Amino acid sequence: MSNRLINWFKFASPATFYPLAGKMIPLFWVLAALFGGVGLWLSFFVAPTDATQGEGYRIIFIHVPTSWMSMFIYMVMAAWAAMGLSLNARLSSMMAQALAPTGALMAFLSLWTGAFWGKPMWGTWWVWDARLTSELILFFLYLGFMALQASIDDPRRADKAGAIVALVGVVNVPIIYFSVKWWNTLHQGASVSINKSPSMAMTMLWGMLLMALCLWMYSIAMALTRVRAIILERESHTDWVKQLSEVKP
Amino acid sequence: MSAMLAVMRRDLLMVMRRKSEVLTALFFFVIVSSLFPLGIGPEPALLRKIAPGVLWVGALLATMLGLQRMFAADHADGTLEQMAISPTPLVWLVVGKVAAHWLVSGLPLVLMAPVLGIQFDLDPSALGVLMLALLLGTPLLSLIGAIGAALTLGVRGGGVLLSLLVLPLYVPALIFGAGAVESHISGLGAGGHLSLLAAILTLAVFFAPWAATAALRIALE
Repeated sequence: MSNRLINWFKFASPATFYPLAGKMIPLFWVLAALFGGVGLWLSFFVAPTDATQGEGYRIIFIHVPTSWMSMFIYMVMAAWAAMGLSLNARLSSMMAQALAPTGALMAFLSLWTGAFWGKPMWGTWWVWDARLTSELILFFLYLGFMALQASIDDPRRADKAGAIVALVGVVNVPIIYFSVKWWNTLHQGASVSINKSPSMAMTMLWGMLLMALCLWMYSIAMALTRVRAIILERESHTDWVKQLSEVKP
Repeated sequence: MSAMLAVMRRDLLMVMRRKSEVLTALFFFVIVSSLFPLGIGPEPALLRKIAPGVLWVGALLATMLGLQRMFAADHADGTLEQMAISPTPLVWLVVGKVAAHWLVSGLPLVLMAPVLGIQFDLDPSALGVLMLALLLGTPLLSLIGAIGAALTLGVRGGGVLLSLLVLPLYVPALIFGAGAVESHISGLGAGGHLSLLAAILTLAVFFAPWAATAALRIALE
């Protein structure tokens, strides 16, 4: 028999994934603490004070990574949801469900820190700028996804309905972004871009990248923790869950 | 194709038997739009400026009112299940239902908008652009709304949930629709906005019925 094929899908079963996730979570926490420690040290003690923005610019070390993560998590969530819908895999849908609150948190933090940054730099908490607005709408999309899943009792139906919302959202995010871009406004150009050398000091870039890695690892650890809780809840009728030491009375 | 037209005719006939539902949405549109000058003040310059946005938001909300009914009654009495097992692909029947929804809740808004635009002191050419933008935009609202309506079928707190799901997706329609009128008034020409609105509508005509059909099948499981 083709053992290799079976190995590919071995961890697609909640029963095998649950202990694996339990083993991986501490690893990702350690990585998050490591990246976070070095990243914060770089961003607060090593990175030079910005010539025009003073010390206040340091909030971008949180703001930019949270914005990146909020968008990235939405893509990952939609990918898991699509996999759950097309392959009818329970665990994929559970992953999508587990990622949503972390993504919403990132979107919220991005908006919140953006407001804190905007007040001293632009003199206003909020402007109706393209990126702010599309981030806000992304936050609404997360809320819609979570609200729909929460209001459907049957978990399989909730998974599939949520997957459709996530996929419709993915198609819409670029459209929304470009439509909102039509009011050309205050937000500065992208700080980091692929096709030109970054306009900031190397240490700042490193601080930002390390913080992004820290949040990335944090998101994985949180999602795995949450997916373990979801697995326990949904599989509570099965024998293997009843055998677990943390479940046994 | 003929099944699609039959579904459309049936939905329209059912609406004609109970006209109050159509009229409610239409009067909602009229009343909401008429409240804004009362709240903001009667200066014509200000009203001209806010008119496109107010009328478009009014249209968005008025469309929302009828969305839930698109599938709910058929779901309740089992008609939807019969449609799902009929030899005609369900997607055609969904297209028929969306078209009926637009004829009932979108088209009246398009026809009513110029009258409300006069209240806001828009000049005749701006009224024309407003109508054209609504003509392109309201089918888009019905199409996207159909996805939301299918997803929230028989779900607790469906009405509020439906607006939470659908309104963020209406943002591009709102921006380009209201933007078309605004840029026409400011002399920039509405062509770009209208083209983009038409492009999004084309995309939605192709994809939205599929998504709505998938959502219906999930609801019927």
